[in-house]
Amino acid sequence: MKLLECTDVSVHYRNYYVLKNASFSLEEGQWLMIVGPNGAGKSTIVNAISQGVAYDGKISYLGKDIRKYRPMELAKNIGVLAQNHFVGYSFKVKEVVRLGRYAYARGFFHGDTGESEEQIERALEMTGMEALAEKSVLELSGGELQRVFLAQLFAQNPRILILDEPTNHLDLVYQQQTFALLGNWLKEKGRAVISVVHDLSLAKAYGTDGILLKDGQVTAKGKIEEVFAPANLEYAFSTDVHGWMRKMLRQWE
Amino acid sequence: MRQMKKSEKTVTSKEGYGLAVYLLFTGIMLLTGILCVCVGSVNVPVSDTLKIIGNAILRRPAAPGAASSIILSVRLPRVLCVALTGAALSVCGGAMQGLLKNPLADGSTLGVSSGASLGAAVAIAFEIRLPFLPFSATMAMAMLFAFLSLVAILSLAYRLDCSLSTNTIILIGIIFSMFISSILSLVITFAGDHVKSITFWTMGSLAGSSYGNALVLLAALILCAGIIIWHARELNAFAIGEDNARHIGVNVQRVRLVVLITVSVLIGVCVSIGGSIGFVGLVTPHIVRMLTGPNHKRLLPGAVFAGATFLMLADLAARVILRPLELPIGVVTSFIGAILFVYIYYQSRTVSR
Repeated sequence: MKLLECTDVSVHYRNYYVLKNASFSLEEGQWLMIVGPNGAGKSTIVNAISQGVAYDGKISYLGKDIRKYRPMELAKNIGVLAQNHFVGYSFKVKEVVRLGRYAYARGFFHGDTGESEEQIERALEMTGMEALAEKSVLELSGGELQRVFLAQLFAQNPRILILDEPTNHLDLVYQQQTFALLGNWLKEKGRAVISVVHDLSLAKAYGTDGILLKDGQVTAKGKIEEVFAPANLEYAFSTDVHGWMRKMLRQWE
Repeated sequence: MRQMKKSEKTVTSKEGYGLAVYLLFTGIMLLTGILCVCVGSVNVPVSDTLKIIGNAILRRPAAPGAASSIILSVRLPRVLCVALTGAALSVCGGAMQGLLKNPLADGSTLGVSSGASLGAAVAIAFEIRLPFLPFSATMAMAMLFAFLSLVAILSLAYRLDCSLSTNTIILIGIIFSMFISSILSLVITFAGDHVKSITFWTMGSLAGSSYGNALVLLAALILCAGIIIWHARELNAFAIGEDNARHIGVNVQRVRLVVLITVSVLIGVCVSIGGSIGFVGLVTPHIVRMLTGPNHKRLLPGAVFAGATFLMLADLAARVILRPLELPIGVVTSFIGAILFVYIYYQSRTVSR
């Protein structure tokens, strides 16, 4: 089933186009990798889908224009993990994760339902943050903070996860764990993942589909193996990516 | 085991205060209030004070003597107005600090209060009157100018720096206040006979307040603080980050507009009654945040009580320090506030490094 469809999505600041006529769709069960060099417009796609930037063109979820959903409704279906997090106040980890349930609770006096509490506990467990639940977010490392917001996203329990550099601040072990976790999450019916990933090996290993961007334009899309064909990558990155990857691999042989 | 875990969960799921804490807050606030009513240029013993107030409430004939009229017609309305203004200004400060994700945001640091006093001054100088309610024109103008100031400040700030960093906020606050004071000087030159009552707005004083003022303040506080506290969850989300708020499903534009209008109305009412009293909205939310954490479900109700208590004590200090001379209340709050401002600024810079 087609979950998300972007048609001719463009983002521009005055005359400068950061994203030009991007069209692609996301099917149930897909893990769509958005790759490309710096400044190619990867994060802009994420921002457009999460309504964080004004865009031309159309993005629809389940056939209905995404702009016509109420924010709460949309949050139950599409969840976004931002690339960077700067928290200024000393909120507890659990308080941040609980906010993931915002779309489900109704106002001040209703509080949180028991189901929410269970979801929060499970989200903390999934990301390995239970031990830090009562800790202030100001005392966490960058990687721990990233996992707090990942936990918030799992508590939000959307059908589509949109992740901008999900393993940006994570060390190797947590990178592996996070990707394995996301892979597991995706196994349930009706779900899909879109992620911006810099590490092309990770993208190739976990992605089912891909979009390759260069200078704000989609230069290749489709199955990940086709998108990552040597000619495509060489064009987008202006260097022999396959050759470079093999050379790096040889360091370990 | 399961039973225990369940009870543990219900405890942790409650984010607001329990009844005991509210009773404690109310107790502290009432004790401070009684202290402030008793102490002044003439000290009245607590038992006499309570008797006088009790008699007045029960509509029994007042005991003869000067103490009765001092307490009932001077001190009590003043202390009530001071408490309500303190509560209102700190809940506004707390809301703005959450909304803008900046612990230095406040009506006075941003220049909203000076904007509101300009509105009041314009209403007085040009004798603007609303047809039915003679006094309300200053109030309406103060509210309107408070809102316009907030809109102007924020649109300028967003244009300069989308993340609304501390430096931008401070800079814009200074520039805006200077701009407003230049216009205020201009208005004063046109004001003629009204100069004296205009300088009152810029100084800030609750010395001559009446029960009527207290009633207006109470109504505004219940309505506006109610709306702000209703949005505690959204403010939590904003305090973590506006993008994050949007991602979890907060209607960012609507909530921001509602909170800004509510804050403007409340600041407008406060300024039209007591003039602009600086830094109250900065001091008390900061103290409450240190005590109970940044969660707005605790911060905002805490700020209501702490603000009332703080401003009553500041007013007491203003009356007592140089007895029989009386300091303007703004002198005391700005003295404490400015020191704390430097401290918070220093802290926020060391944290972000």
